[in-house]
Amino acid sequence: MPLSSRHLLGLQGVPREDIQLILDTATTFREVLERPIKKVPTLQGKTIVNLFYESSTRTRISFELAQKRLSADTINFSKSGSSTSKGETFKDTVKNIEAMKVDMIIVRHESAGVPQFLTRISNANIINAGDGRHEHPTQALLDMYSIRERLGKIEGLKVCIVGNIAHSRVALSNIHGLKSMGAEVSLCGPKTMIPKGIESTGVKVIHNIDEAIANNDVLNVLRIQLERKAGSTIPSLREYHNYFGITSERLEKFNRDIVILHPGPINRGVEISSEVADGPYQIILDQVTNGVAVRMAVLYLLGTKN
Amino acid sequence: MNIKAKIIDEDGLKRTITRLTHEIIERNKGTENIVLVGMRTRGEFLAQRIHEKIKEIDGSDVDLGVLDITLYRDDFRMRLKQPEVSTTDITFDVSEKDIVLIDDVLYTGRTARAALDALMDLGRPNTIQFCVLVDRGHRELPIRADFVGKNIPTSINEEIKVKLKESDGEDAVYLIDISKEA
Repeated sequence: MPLSSRHLLGLQGVPREDIQLILDTATTFREVLERPIKKVPTLQGKTIVNLFYESSTRTRISFELAQKRLSADTINFSKSGSSTSKGETFKDTVKNIEAMKVDMIIVRHESAGVPQFLTRISNANIINAGDGRHEHPTQALLDMYSIRERLGKIEGLKVCIVGNIAHSRVALSNIHGLKSMGAEVSLCGPKTMIPKGIESTGVKVIHNIDEAIANNDVLNVLRIQLERKAGSTIPSLREYHNYFGITSERLEKFNRDIVILHPGPINRGVEISSEVADGPYQIILDQVTNGVAVRMAVLYLLGTKN
Repeated sequence: MNIKAKIIDEDGLKRTITRLTHEIIERNKGTENIVLVGMRTRGEFLAQRIHEKIKEIDGSDVDLGVLDITLYRDDFRMRLKQPEVSTTDITFDVSEKDIVLIDDVLYTGRTARAALDALMDLGRPNTIQFCVLVDRGHRELPIRADFVGKNIPTSINEEIKVKLKESDGEDAVYLIDISKEA
């Protein structure tokens, strides 16, 4: 059964069967990543453009590796060093790239809605790799894959997203994805970092980190985004760490099994202590490995869909 | 479904498996370096049966794996339906081994071509030998089987349907007429 859409713009409104299909397909590609030759010829002849208007390490490398491992031809575009600095509009850039016959566009942009806009001006399959504060669907998919890999299921689990929710596209994609897969989702952070009205998505909001640790199976700890001026919503990073930082002392107080995710890059000593970031509860590097498999699955499912 | 003939029945299948197993052992002068790889889905079950048979005859427990060739297909761009991918499950190293690749029906040879590419990506085997239950002809690629259960010359308006207890509840091979009814 193929996916219901030919683009992946976000997880809002994506049916559960589609998420399930992506996660199941990713299992196949996880196996490919363990082989001596980590490459299959499935997307031979397809051309994919990585259109990154915002800096990225993990996501871009992960997408590029996923594309190469499926034998697609890839082109990387980044804002600096392009004709954007000569004043070319976004639309013109995309039209020109498309004129070179590309099949798929992976886009990251600082403005929400850019991937949506792309679907109107281009015939390629569009995958959102993060748009403003809106969504980052492949991150949420790999988070769910990693949770399922560790705990065997998603349905019925209690998952708390901790930190700077207001500035986070990872949070929004996770909320939509996890809800649709049947998890119970809550948010934890200082009031200034939780957007007003977020409860309408069906999540619970709490402001006490001990409560979050005590009542959840999974904590998805988000980064304090210094580049998006998160600093102005909290008195100091140190105070944030004192009230919301995940530390071994806090985890040990409750002495229970809990799985800790972090989308990276980590601010050690701010949202999470170094000890926890390298400790037994976290699956941060599994997330990175799984990210390649999940992106291969998305590329495969969209790239071979007629 | 318009069944023209039952070509192999349950007893026949048993005898065929026994014969194929003996041929495999004979050709390889024993079972020492053999590994079995079944192609999803029915090749997997045939491989399990040959595996059991080898145990019976020779007492050895050779490695057994399952290959999914979806990612290596050559017809992605032409198909209307997206094929569902499943997992390859080969946990042993195939390098320097004599692989016996097992499938139910050999027809155009395109599946076998894909399987050869898939196996090559797993390492450098010593040899790959191809074992099929039914060879129905109409090859589109220069591929042949080393071990054949039964050669059944067919017309392109016919189809071979292999049924196995594990997946279909019975052991049999049927010749089916798929030409448009006059």
